[in-house]
Amino acid sequence: MELSEQNVKKQRPVHLDLQTISFPATAIASILHRISGVIMLFAIGILLWLLNSTLTSADGFASVQSLFDGFVMKFIIWGILTALGYHLLGGIRHLIMDAGHWEELASGVSSAKATFVLAVVFSIIAGIWVW
Amino acid sequence: MVTNAASFGRSGVHDYILLRASAVILACYTIFLVGFIACSAPLTFEIWNGLFASLPMKVFTLITLIALLIHAWIGVWQVLTDYVKHTALRGVLQFTFVLIAFSYLASGIVIVWGV
Repeated sequence: MELSEQNVKKQRPVHLDLQTISFPATAIASILHRISGVIMLFAIGILLWLLNSTLTSADGFASVQSLFDGFVMKFIIWGILTALGYHLLGGIRHLIMDAGHWEELASGVSSAKATFVLAVVFSIIAGIWVW
Repeated sequence: MVTNAASFGRSGVHDYILLRASAVILACYTIFLVGFIACSAPLTFEIWNGLFASLPMKVFTLITLIALLIHAWIGVWQVLTDYVKHTALRGVLQFTFVLIAFSYLASGIVIVWGV
């Protein structure tokens, strides 16, 4: 470590009071986008397995349909749809920001919060659809 | 300039464009498929099989899985370079995730081929 780097580190105030640290909405939007993305990467494996079973034969299709009667399968699909819905909404928000809109702090926070609200609405709709 | 051996594109700008281009394809496929399932309820084997038997749907599915490979590659790279500081571990994880995405593409080809 260089001397200048050491000085910078020494002068920095340390704040690690976890009770008072709270992330801004934009930071939560960012981390949720990453988490939902990683979830989706594993979810695609489940979805491809289902696609394979449903397309191989009519019996396979029927067995997947009966799987959907159980709570576990419903919950997994609902979880996948929720992660997918959030990732999709967050992605659309990113594309709008790429186009040069909502780049200020206030509009960035509002769009992050709007994404959360819409994602919850999506999740509820997905829940009603699955059950 | 730092050269990123594990990135997908030739440069950061290339990755930026590829990530967004693949995202648009993934979004279109998702909206189409969810819309199709929602509109054709109750879904039967004949309708479902018929959808994937058509050539455009096979092509759409395979293009989407290629887009997924690109999107996941770059996305995982972004996440891993931020959180996993140990180079060897990051390399192994990146390799594993890219391998998973390639396996998805390979299984997708086999799945739609047989319909």
